[in-house]
Amino acid sequence: MLTWIRRGGLSTLLFLLPLVVVFGVFSWWPIVRAAVMSVQRTNLVTAPVFVGWENFETVFADPLLGTAVRNTAVFALIALVFGYPIPLVAAVLMSEVRRWRGLYSALAYLPVVVPPVVAVLMWKVFYDPRPEGLFNTVLGWVGIAPQAWLQSADTAMPSLVLEATWAAAGGTVIIYLAALVAVPPELYDAAEVDGASIWGRVRHVTLPQLRGVLLVTLILQIIGTSQVFLEPFLFTGGGPANSTTTVLLLIYDYAFSSSLGGDYGAATALSLMLAVFLALLSALYFRLTRSWSTS
Amino acid sequence: VTTVSPGPVTAPPVPPAPPTDPAPAPRRGRRRRRGGADPGGGRGIVSSAERRLPVTGTLLRLSHAGLLAGLLVVGIGPLLWLVKASLSTTQDTLRDPMALFPSGVDWANLATAWTEVHIDRYFANSMALAVGSWLVQLVVATTGGYALAVLRPRYGPVLYWLVLSTLFVPAVVLLVPLYLTVIDPPLIGVSMIDTFWAVWLPAGANAFNVLLAKRFFDNLPREVFEAARIDGAGPFRVFWSVLLPMSRPILGVISVFAFVAAWKDFLWPLLVLRDPDLQPLSVRLPTLARSIELDVLLAALTISALIPVALFLVFQRTFLRSAGLSGALKG
Repeated sequence: MLTWIRRGGLSTLLFLLPLVVVFGVFSWWPIVRAAVMSVQRTNLVTAPVFVGWENFETVFADPLLGTAVRNTAVFALIALVFGYPIPLVAAVLMSEVRRWRGLYSALAYLPVVVPPVVAVLMWKVFYDPRPEGLFNTVLGWVGIAPQAWLQSADTAMPSLVLEATWAAAGGTVIIYLAALVAVPPELYDAAEVDGASIWGRVRHVTLPQLRGVLLVTLILQIIGTSQVFLEPFLFTGGGPANSTTTVLLLIYDYAFSSSLGGDYGAATALSLMLAVFLALLSALYFRLTRSWSTS
Repeated sequence: VTTVSPGPVTAPPVPPAPPTDPAPAPRRGRRRRRGGADPGGGRGIVSSAERRLPVTGTLLRLSHAGLLAGLLVVGIGPLLWLVKASLSTTQDTLRDPMALFPSGVDWANLATAWTEVHIDRYFANSMALAVGSWLVQLVVATTGGYALAVLRPRYGPVLYWLVLSTLFVPAVVLLVPLYLTVIDPPLIGVSMIDTFWAVWLPAGANAFNVLLAKRFFDNLPREVFEAARIDGAGPFRVFWSVLLPMSRPILGVISVFAFVAAWKDFLWPLLVLRDPDLQPLSVRLPTLARSIELDVLLAALTISALIPVALFLVFQRTFLRSAGLSGALKG
């Protein structure tokens, strides 16, 4: 014992204390608790009771579950359509900029640093459905009729995605830019000697070199969009007609919307199911990144 | 796209072996190396010779001008509009949002927002939450990283594995159990609801920070620590006077992540800070939006965006490095 202290065992423990306490109480313990709570009926008053699969049955019996899963999938899909190609094209163009490239990346990244709540409240004003609304005014300049934006079940979801894409695309651009900058110039020299046009070099050198990063951003984006909460919560609250209720909004509603202390069991059951789906995705992500870093 | 972040898992998952050197820009060196052969200063997809061709060069310049115009509109346009609208009357903003001050500048909005709507108080709360979360994250990441990377106890690898495994657990899972934990925490036994600790402490459980710190400390030359030890410095002295001064770059990255994430966070402070007097801007603004006039709200939004935008403009390099880092794998 004394030699252990003299060899520094005690001071090592002291240094690890913040990490162990903080992770133990606020990470490891809640993770274990999530698994346990999904098979319990929990409220803030009485002791938890084991109920087996009841929480999962509650979730599956909820008619809103299908809607929420569908909406989340739609959100993820539209987000891919908007948010996947645009940052790539922008980053490829930016990588060819010789002067003031810093200005380009700063401008692209600026929306990412705007606090999300500020961004949503600001875009709510942009989405004013009156003909005098900001976006409708701009559409009017090019002769397009005013849109209902958040007020219609058809346009609400694309409107949310548009804002979310604006807020996140800059981060993706910077990731692509870092990857583009690492493409060995020799490859372009070689392709040029072989007679490849500029477009040919983009197709046969740039894009294959980015393959790894493209897959990673794809998976990261799906992981991110499956957990979308802020936009539907603040823009529409899930409406109109549940057209923007997402899985996370449903979890929140189960647990926190009732003032009586909500259905914590159902909320954890649904979050666990979402987590398993996301864990499969991130396992894929880790496998891919590992195979690339060794290759 | 925003995800929920109830503290612990705020950063995106990261591969177990990120670039060993957190300093960016592998291209710079490569470019300079090629500098002699190519007077244009290196090349990308388009070669320097092609840049001088009339058609290609013009097209390239046009595309860059178009990109710059687009970036100006999308990147800074909404923010400039926000500043303009916060200095305009509600009527102007509602009647003709794209016009520039048709009935003059209304400076009073900012003052009204700051004093009458008490944005000053929520601003101070945001600041306290961000600074506290930042300190907790720095302490946990540096002490933990130091113990794991330099002191290396025998149980270290197991502990590190436990920390990293939390990266696999999405934030959603923690939401409800973490909330119940904060209501009735083990060890302490007193509810942390409506105290800043409920935000500060969970923020520290960030595996991404520990990973960044440990990786960085791993790559510091061990001889320096040995030398300090031989000179009679104990583990605390080594930590404070040797390790920390050598770790400024990684401390900068962690600080930027920590501060900005805390300033942006919405759902977690909404759950644990129910007393409006304790709520930060992000939580308070949506509620205020329903009750105050539009011009004052927009002024409040401008004030809320000010700090992170200013931080970004000052520490641009660190921000962009962190952004690249969160996705950078193979560089």
